[in-house]
Amino acid sequence: MLQQKHLLGLEGYPQEDIQAIIDTAFNFREVLDRPIKKVPSLQGITIVNLFFENSTRTRISFELAQKRLSADTVNFSASSSSLKKGESFKDTVQNIEAMKIDAVVMRHPAPGAPRHLTEFIDAVVINAGDGTHEHPTQAILDMMTLYEKFGKIKGLKIGIIGDISHSRVALSNIYGLISMGAEVILCGPAHLIPPYITDLGVKINYNLDEVLEWADALNVLRVQNERMGVGLIPSTREYRALFGITEERLEKHAKEIVIMHPGPMNRGVEIDSAVADSDQAIILDQVLNGVASRMAILYLLLGGKYEDKDIK
Amino acid sequence: MKISSQPEKVLFQNGEILDPVKKTIKPGGVLVIDGKIADTGRIETPDDAKVFDCKNLVITHGFCDLHVHFREPGREDKETLQTGSRAAMAGGFTRVCAMPNTNPPLDSPEAVSFIQEKSGSCPVHIHPIGAVSKGQKGKELTEMGLMKDMGAVAFSDDGLPIQDGSVMRRALEYATMLDVPIINHAEDECLRADGVMNESVVSNHLGLPGNPAVAESTMVHRDLELSELTGAKLHVPHVSTVDAIDYINGMKSKNSKVTAEVTPHHLYFNHEALSFFNTHLKVAPPIRSENDRQSLIAAVKDGTIDCIATDHAPHTIQDKETTFDLAAFGMIGLESCFGVVKKVLVDDASLDLISLISMMTVKPRNIMGFDSDLFKKGVAAELVVFDPNESWTFHRRNVYSRSINSPFYGKDLSGRVKCTISKGQWTHN
Ligand SMILES: [Zn+2]
Repeated sequence: MLQQKHLLGLEGYPQEDIQAIIDTAFNFREVLDRPIKKVPSLQGITIVNLFFENSTRTRISFELAQKRLSADTVNFSASSSSLKKGESFKDTVQNIEAMKIDAVVMRHPAPGAPRHLTEFIDAVVINAGDGTHEHPTQAILDMMTLYEKFGKIKGLKIGIIGDISHSRVALSNIYGLISMGAEVILCGPAHLIPPYITDLGVKINYNLDEVLEWADALNVLRVQNERMGVGLIPSTREYRALFGITEERLEKHAKEIVIMHPGPMNRGVEIDSAVADSDQAIILDQVLNGVASRMAILYLLLGGKYEDKDIK
Repeated sequence: MKISSQPEKVLFQNGEILDPVKKTIKPGGVLVIDGKIADTGRIETPDDAKVFDCKNLVITHGFCDLHVHFREPGREDKETLQTGSRAAMAGGFTRVCAMPNTNPPLDSPEAVSFIQEKSGSCPVHIHPIGAVSKGQKGKELTEMGLMKDMGAVAFSDDGLPIQDGSVMRRALEYATMLDVPIINHAEDECLRADGVMNESVVSNHLGLPGNPAVAESTMVHRDLELSELTGAKLHVPHVSTVDAIDYINGMKSKNSKVTAEVTPHHLYFNHEALSFFNTHLKVAPPIRSENDRQSLIAAVKDGTIDCIATDHAPHTIQDKETTFDLAAFGMIGLESCFGVVKKVLVDDASLDLISLISMMTVKPRNIMGFDSDLFKKGVAAELVVFDPNESWTFHRRNVYSRSINSPFYGKDLSGRVKCTISKGQWTHN
């Protein structure tokens, strides 16, 4: 069992619980390789996927994890327009809770929204991304994938490349990786790396080649299209020249560096196709591990009884 | 707390009279007859006077707050002149200046006289502050002359910082002719951008867009330079950053027309208190770092800051019970003010009590040109009686505002108002 009732973020999250989730996720990973990819662990448990913002990938990954665990799931997508009309968040979620549900998986554009949700409902809350704050399940699947590749996380050198300021993936990864004993260097346009971020125990280096020379693995962040050409990022070619993970750039370095990306990718901007589709990229492993780690999180949070025969 | 008419003859007996004008504390009493000061000092108790025993209590001038939002007209669901007055009386305030960001804003002589008329029956004195620009849009100046005639005591676009330096310059120049202060909520909106809390390691932790300290300090710097250029009275509201303090301090040495205020919440909290997305602490300017907070306390002690102002900003429950990005800016502050500043400044930072009281009485009154010698015989009584030593915990039941958006619930405060005397009314249990 985990020490906290909810999974709101990895800030201050117990290290041993991150480890427990990853260990359990590897067990579920075996389930996913079976012909019948389903276990009865969460039978009778009802989960609502409450998405106040579009995210097909994350929602499908959670939904699949829930189905593989035999939970009952309901999807609720609130258009952002109804939110803007002032429809009360509190009213929406209390209505949902009144229908007797066990857990809510929530994606919301506002930082802190999942914590806010816990003030109104008794169900377990899992943060599936809250604006520019955290995306803990993404960071856990990233760490699981590193674990799979390297057999450890402690001591790994990880570069996180791109727009750190607006990235929930970066923040959760920083908390998780630092807690698990990895070293982290942030690399991206200086004005997209927040001031004071080094207080979280990371270093900053604006020179991508130096980071490549240093790192065991890179987590390459998606460049948000809406930041492009509005003064934040001068142009695609400028970004690609300074921070793009290109074949030519990787060839300059003698070692084989592992490449991760949370998706969806902008091929030709932050990452070239030749790199994304190469053997050193473990991007599709991340997708599969996403389902396994979300199964582990749901299973551990919702008190599914651990039965060896189910998952081993 | 109830508010009702004072007895015809009432004697506040056996207390300590704190006179913030003479800077003295002396044992004695204050006799009020027909709502006016009749005598102070050692007084024989007249047979026909109602006696309020002030043993271990301090009697002083009623507090004066230069910065409240009473929401009338337009948002009477948040506060009205009447409900705001009750909150003021509960906090020991007898005189407040109401900011013009109402709906419609106080940007015309008609709107100013509406406040004057409606506040006549309120138990505290309410002075409207007029808008600097029409519609508070920061472009065209309002009819400041006519508004002053109707009772506007200062001009401000509070809540909507004046971005255009030439508009600010013209407003200051125009104000020199009327001899009234301009109060500019100092914030560069471009630097602030969509910031909702202090830009800091805490905003990083929370993933919230930060509002950097330079958004305030550069604007304060501009306003100070313009006040020197124009010779106008500039009052800097709710200072929150160490750099703004430094600029104000520097300017004060050569320009006596600059004054500044600080809020109780900027003195009490630092941004660590926002760690759990507490929307009651979402204010503008934001709660800053411990370093900023300490510099504000030091600035109070060295006189860089002239007065305490609450920036009492009522909001509905639904305005605050939402995600941090959408929550309204502001908190109520009248009822908790004295207990907070007495604790932070006197108990914790060893400011003397007379200095604190003068920052809540004489100094704000002088900034606005109000009568400040309130123990003179014949003056309409505006008094507060407080227990300087009472420790108490702030609760919802201590709030008399129509709104309840305070971050001070459960906080231990020091010093408590016992009775407020204003406009022939007084508070009692
Ligand atoms: Zn303001």
